[in-house]
Amino acid sequence: MMQARDVVARVVDPELPMLTLEDLGVLRDVEVDDETVVVTLTPTYSGCPALATMRADVLVALSRAGYERAEVRTTLSPAWSSDWISDRGRTALAEHGISPPRPNDGPTDLVLMPSRPPACPQCASTDTRELSRFGSTACRSLHTCRACGETFDHVKEI
Amino acid sequence: MTEHENAYTSLIEADDDARWAFGTSFDDPLAGVDTTVPRGVDAEALARYCLMLADDALVLAQRLAEWTTHAPELEEEVALANIGLDLLGQARLLLARAAAADPAIVPALPEGSPVPPDDRLAYFRDADAFLNVHLVEQRRGDFAATMARLLVFSSWRLALLEGLRSSADPVLAAVAEKGVKEVRYHREHAARWCITLAQGTDVSRERMIAALDTVWPDVPELRGTDPAEAFDEAMRVVDQVMQGAGLVRPDVPSAMGRGRDGIHTESFAELLGEMQGLAREHPKGRW
Repeated sequence: MMQARDVVARVVDPELPMLTLEDLGVLRDVEVDDETVVVTLTPTYSGCPALATMRADVLVALSRAGYERAEVRTTLSPAWSSDWISDRGRTALAEHGISPPRPNDGPTDLVLMPSRPPACPQCASTDTRELSRFGSTACRSLHTCRACGETFDHVKEI
Repeated sequence: MTEHENAYTSLIEADDDARWAFGTSFDDPLAGVDTTVPRGVDAEALARYCLMLADDALVLAQRLAEWTTHAPELEEEVALANIGLDLLGQARLLLARAAAADPAIVPALPEGSPVPPDDRLAYFRDADAFLNVHLVEQRRGDFAATMARLLVFSSWRLALLEGLRSSADPVLAAVAEKGVKEVRYHREHAARWCITLAQGTDVSRERMIAALDTVWPDVPELRGTDPAEAFDEAMRVVDQVMQGAGLVRPDVPSAMGRGRDGIHTESFAELLGEMQGLAREHPKGRW
């Protein structure tokens, strides 16, 4: 029987299926406590609807691997940050045409200057333009590349 | 590995339990979180404080969601919906925190009702039990009014949440920590739009100025929420944006709103009617 940790680590994000929950950095802990597998996840954004699906997918994966007793707990602290996405996850995002987040500098002062443009995941040009700070999911913004014309998602720094 | 075509198939497959029909159908947002109220913290006061912050977020999320299919462009519609979703997420965590701290605030429902505590608070409280400020409940107005309100609200909420990261209640502190990251984006979005509209065409500038006049009578009410320093910090940021936009704070009298005492405007009754109507018709609804 596969280790519970390995089963859970392979579950993928429902909205970014090139990332496992481990790559995304939301998997905080897997413990086996008296035959019950206790999995701890943390949400990316407070309102991210994918968390419900992640919980369900974790339970299904464990059940298929023979772990009938399992529960998923939430932890809010420390808060998730895009810095938690693994290097493997960043590579996978780029390979699928999604620009990965840059390291987070984290100041909360209001900066009204245009933000540093992310590089195009297709042609690597940094001559890109932000179309919208808020994209198709809570964690993404929408950009277009002036060099090659590609329109792409960028996982926001948070 | 799970083999789902999309996010929906996994939801169907995950369990056979019928769910409460009108909520978010998610699990308890604080499942597994230790919600014991720390020694020295007044549980009733904590619940009331969380309820205030939750209601502000919930009601503004509802107003922002009204823009869906009405926004000036698709990208902006997605942005407003995303901001609303972040606020709704914060509201759920705070409602759940309030309910765990003081179960007496949660409305009673018929035996066997599947409605979780956070949804009971959202869908089954009457208007006078909501503690949100008037700023968030006013009708959405035009796009400029939406951005003027969002600028003031997010500047103030960000300042408030930044302070709450060191709250004596670790749950509230954790919710604040997450919220800070989100609201930072909201504030920036609103600030950029306020400057763009004020520096755009004659018409957009006129409407931005009119928007500030509409929103401003409800701004002083924010000062009444502890800590009052958050209000001063918010005004510092708002002034900075105003300066960039070539605008000045309107000179209009305060509306003297008392939303924190459960006293609300007529428009709030309409909002609640729309938000709660279906759930209240079917308090045992399952699907």
